[in-house]
Amino acid sequence: MTGAIMIDSGDTAWILTSSALVLFMTLPGLALFYGGLVQARNILSVLMHCMAIACLASVLWVIVGYSIAFAPGGTGWFGGFGNSFLIGIGRDTVGEGSTIPTSLFVMFQMTFAVITPALIVGAYVERIKFAAVLIISALWLLFVYAPVTHWVWGGGWLAEMGVLDFAGGIVVHVTAGVSALVIAWQLGPRAGFPSSVNPPHAPWMVMVGAAMLWVGWFGFNGGSALAADGSAAMAVLVTHLSAAMASLVWLVIEWLRFGKPSLVGLVTGTIAGLATITPASGFVGPAGGIILGLAGGLLCYGAVDLVKKVMKIDDSLDVLAVHGVGGATGTLLVGFLATTAFGGAGLAEGMSVGGQFFVQLTGVVVTIVWSAIATLIIVYVTKALVGLRTAADDEIEGLDFTAHGERGYNH
Amino acid sequence: MKMVMAIIQPHRLDAVREALSGQGIAGLTVSEVRGYGRQKGHTEIYRGAEYAIHYLPKVKLELAVDDELVEGVVTAISGAAKTGKIGDGKVFVYDLLSARRIRTGEEGSEAL
Repeated sequence: MTGAIMIDSGDTAWILTSSALVLFMTLPGLALFYGGLVQARNILSVLMHCMAIACLASVLWVIVGYSIAFAPGGTGWFGGFGNSFLIGIGRDTVGEGSTIPTSLFVMFQMTFAVITPALIVGAYVERIKFAAVLIISALWLLFVYAPVTHWVWGGGWLAEMGVLDFAGGIVVHVTAGVSALVIAWQLGPRAGFPSSVNPPHAPWMVMVGAAMLWVGWFGFNGGSALAADGSAAMAVLVTHLSAAMASLVWLVIEWLRFGKPSLVGLVTGTIAGLATITPASGFVGPAGGIILGLAGGLLCYGAVDLVKKVMKIDDSLDVLAVHGVGGATGTLLVGFLATTAFGGAGLAEGMSVGGQFFVQLTGVVVTIVWSAIATLIIVYVTKALVGLRTAADDEIEGLDFTAHGERGYNH
Repeated sequence: MKMVMAIIQPHRLDAVREALSGQGIAGLTVSEVRGYGRQKGHTEIYRGAEYAIHYLPKVKLELAVDDELVEGVVTAISGAAKTGKIGDGKVFVYDLLSARRIRTGEEGSEAL
């Protein structure tokens, strides 16, 4: 490199747009998606969780999160502290080989750091203490999300091995899914689970949120190209196809199994398809997108029953089943579907399909182990500090009034 | 004077109102209520999980009528609300002790 600064205005414009799209996924997309799935007396608590996590993660990202993930001088497992408080990142800073300002890269990545802990909200709704939400989310961002981001995207050990994770199958969906299961297990089920829990209070709101997530995902996956180019365009196309295919899979399964296709089922399939394509979105072609939607739809559907009915863990809004399983599925299949035989971009030179699969599997397994153990420790620390669960009476009254002093619906 | 109170299926409300309009009824109060009878509840399925819904949405009608209108009113309601399926509801009639129109102070049948 000559050190010449080559900011590309097209790339910069697209990543600015993508940053807005990804924040829009959390606020209000994910908040509404989750909010509609809970009872009317807990709607505000879910919106609170998403909003507060967005604020908290943003500030922590600037203080030290970004540095742990991306600062030079890391160990391969944990980044350096050289960019704490974004020291060294100014108006004119551009990373080597990058065509966008580093400040924009920080912002784009911040929106990922916002949505990932917010995804976990679905595991603990309707019964967790608000203080526990904040402590778990903060510790989780620093000890699970930021290090794994360093492994995969920050030049860490998985990046060295050649892992393929375009937009966060491992970094976002596997970490969030596994940690969600651990928290739900430690927290215990909602009162009445599984036989007499109240149904979602506003399925229409679930659809509105899912639709916003779908649109926002164009920035999530398309933006991960970090350029406005063919890779970004193909990522948006395959993302859309996977979402559509997985939605149809859920629709057909429910129609056959229950005689009626439901809206909540259809849009849950959408999210499953989006999570599944995420790690592969920059590497596969349209055929790969369809196949991933099919695989993600089927496996995530099965996983919902597995977690709730076989494992009997109240991961209330199916974070592991939809995000964890979807993200892992895409991560494991990308080695095959990225090949030119499936219309993909092809693997790195000298990398065999089997070799790539082994790297992908290593990434998924180590991330599962790290996420589970670190989250368990975080849960114990939180329990010791403030406790996890609200009082049983408060759970019946609803968190909106007992934790926040408001009601979602005043008549 | 009698008070007629009926619990009906929500989707039959329009038909019942039309049927009552031919009966000389001056007023009607409607509430959205929930409850169960022999129909019990039903189940709803979200993401493959069954949720038991114990109380179903119903509509409650209340109307105060003169004695001679009661038979026609009960017939009109039960005719229009009937679908023949379980869960159609019930009609109750009870004695009304007094009535007063607040604006004018009229009492009894005059107030209806």
